[in-house]
Amino acid sequence: MRFRDEYRDPERVRRLARAIARTVTRPHVLMEVCGGQTHAIVRFGLDRLLPAEVTLLHGPGCPVCVTPVAHVDKAIAIARTPGAILCSYGDMLRVPGSSGDLAGARARGGDVRVVYSPLDALEIARREPEREVVFFAVGFETTAPANAMAVWRARREGIRNFSMLVSQVLVPPALEAILSTPGNRVEGFLAAGHVCTIMGYREYAPLAARWKVPIVVTGFEPVDILEGVWMCLRQLEEGRAEVENQYARSVRPEGNAAARRLVGEVFRVVSRHWRGIGDLPRSGLGLAPDYAAFDAERRFGPADGAGGGEAEADCIAGLVLRGERKPPDCPAFATRCRPEHPLGVTMVSSEGACAAYYRYRFAGSAEA
Amino acid sequence: MSDGSAPSWSCPLPDGDGEVVRLADGGGGRAMQRLLARVIRPLLDDPELARAHDGAVLDPGGPIAFTTDSFVVRPLFFPGGDIGRLAVCGTANDLAMCGAEPLALALGLVLEEGLPTAVLRRIVESIRETARDLGLRVVTGDLKVVERGKADGLYVTTTGIGRIRAATRIDPAAPVPGDLVLVSGDVGRHGVAVLAAREDLGFDTEVASDCAPVVAPVLALLDAGVAVRCLRDPTRGGTAAALVEIAETAGVVIRVEEAAVPVREEVRAACELLGFDPLHLPCEGRFLAFVAEPDAARALAILRRFPVGRGAAVIGRVEGRDPRGRVLLETPFGQRRPLDMPSGEQLPRIC
Amino acid sequence: MCLAVPGRVIDIAGDDPATRTGRVDFGGIVKEIHLAFVPEVRPGDHVLVHVGFAITVIDEAEARRVRAWLEELEEGEGSEPGRRDALS
Repeated sequence: MRFRDEYRDPERVRRLARAIARTVTRPHVLMEVCGGQTHAIVRFGLDRLLPAEVTLLHGPGCPVCVTPVAHVDKAIAIARTPGAILCSYGDMLRVPGSSGDLAGARARGGDVRVVYSPLDALEIARREPEREVVFFAVGFETTAPANAMAVWRARREGIRNFSMLVSQVLVPPALEAILSTPGNRVEGFLAAGHVCTIMGYREYAPLAARWKVPIVVTGFEPVDILEGVWMCLRQLEEGRAEVENQYARSVRPEGNAAARRLVGEVFRVVSRHWRGIGDLPRSGLGLAPDYAAFDAERRFGPADGAGGGEAEADCIAGLVLRGERKPPDCPAFATRCRPEHPLGVTMVSSEGACAAYYRYRFAGSAEA
Repeated sequence: MSDGSAPSWSCPLPDGDGEVVRLADGGGGRAMQRLLARVIRPLLDDPELARAHDGAVLDPGGPIAFTTDSFVVRPLFFPGGDIGRLAVCGTANDLAMCGAEPLALALGLVLEEGLPTAVLRRIVESIRETARDLGLRVVTGDLKVVERGKADGLYVTTTGIGRIRAATRIDPAAPVPGDLVLVSGDVGRHGVAVLAAREDLGFDTEVASDCAPVVAPVLALLDAGVAVRCLRDPTRGGTAAALVEIAETAGVVIRVEEAAVPVREEVRAACELLGFDPLHLPCEGRFLAFVAEPDAARALAILRRFPVGRGAAVIGRVEGRDPRGRVLLETPFGQRRPLDMPSGEQLPRIC
Repeated sequence: MCLAVPGRVIDIAGDDPATRTGRVDFGGIVKEIHLAFVPEVRPGDHVLVHVGFAITVIDEAEARRVRAWLEELEEGEGSEPGRRDALS
């Protein structure tokens, strides 16, 4: 496949690993932000190709992981409401709410449908006009345009039985939160390439300048990630703190104008609670006033409440999301906590760091 | 046939005579006899079946292998096959995996009220054609009907017996360090074909299911005296599940070279798109063979003589012993990582 | 969630830019994809697709240029970078 296979070329990967080794003269700590990047790193063993001086921490870029318990509970409540259909991305089905998850709600008779795209949910609303169809809109900026389009089309076509439970989050505030945490060790970031495909990367320049950290917009294939790591390390070795773009084949400085325009029309910036991290101001998206009629929280009641137990007592998902611990540091990892019986979100989501480590490093009972 | 909530049977037939299966057709009375006489018996014309006895009486003349499988695939018809062909191949192949030559099948059908008779007829025809190609007899069976909404068209259960042909016992506990792991062809096609046939995923592909009998190449290996330790067809859970099960049963470490596992480009593309691993997708016309190293080249040559084995390849080796059983995947970058079976939720109703 | 896959646009249907779709080939798998966010796309272009939408047209020239630069760097590892799309 073009634009994929050449970025998995083992020879280029090896050459990059050698180039990185030649570049590094002292220890550095980097963080990749996006769960998809974490997954690729663990799956292809890219961290094991880096010299010992380089530490790669995994960031909170897993929107499934950071969805607040209150939203999951609301989705479950909607699924259980007679006449309602809750549509969701597949990853959300096993995320634990305060008691149970969407898969459990479905097994008990709730109408939960997995969709690949938000427009699929809109299509369900068209085909079943007597049912109230709700789409659980989880995601980072990458997904916001598609979610915006679903609502925009619903309004344009007068589809009244459709609404969205919005749980969108934004990346830069998460970087800010990590950088401003006392004891932060992260010296450089690999920014999320697909988020930046939409948003561009101009908003990272103030972060790089204020905190003096290099930020490299990076893709998701092995060659992309190693190139991004290398560019970041070069900056650190040379004492620079700039925003660079490794993923130039997909990312432009201004991002995708058409997508940003629609997102700006349909959504507005709001504060959001990040599971495992806390409340971050201006860190998410909610529906703009003109589209408020499509807000599922208006039709089904607000998603609030303390939500009961945030996590199992032994679960360190929050620490993992902030890069302060790695999955193998957790005493429950791969023993009490496995994908079949997860204790926390980072094991539930396919992009969570714990799930990635389990699948690619600790499958079964053996460590590789 | 399809709307948002009811699954489509994706039947390629025109409407037929509009006749449908009714609840009474499963009641054991005249209605059922009419259905059997009109649809089942004319197509499955076996003398044993025609005796209309409660069971078949056979004399296999030696040790037998005995296996059963239920088939709940959705949709019923997919590129490269249907639930009927799947059932016959699946059971025949399971018998072959035991080192046996398939002899006879028992066929259980659970039909949904409202299933068009034309669909039932097409599936039974498929069962007949596939069984006939294998020289396999359907000698007894059972039919039930459940209310509309309770069976998604129909479910099939096939139980098979076969005459043991292997000189030594084929056993998942048998592989030892030094043995090589062969696969009979490229993997994952059945999974992709069925997923593509599900309208809710919305993609088109030319990939057809690899659903096919593997009896002939297996018997050829046995007849040639190849030292086969163990055979396994990678259905649900895919190649990964098959390897892990054997590793755990035999208490060995199996090393697999990722680049050596044959995967078609379209299967790879579908996996990228949907987030699957080709090693987790089922095949219905492939098998793994654990073979003593000295016989591996000969085994490969034998497999490649058959169309269904043309893509046969060596994919790995049994490296050592470990009571927990482990499978290690060597990536193209020279990394080793454990290979595990999938969690099981991502591919419902795939077989 | 950030899973975005590259594919080649085979053809495009529809005049309304907001609802335009196209068939995209992902290497033998063809899917109908929404093109509202890539109004400039033409058949034959490669796009990056996420949850059923093309989110960018892949810039092949840029891809080649960056690759060439990085390959020079990997060889030399001492030569100054020819380009470095940096903001400071």
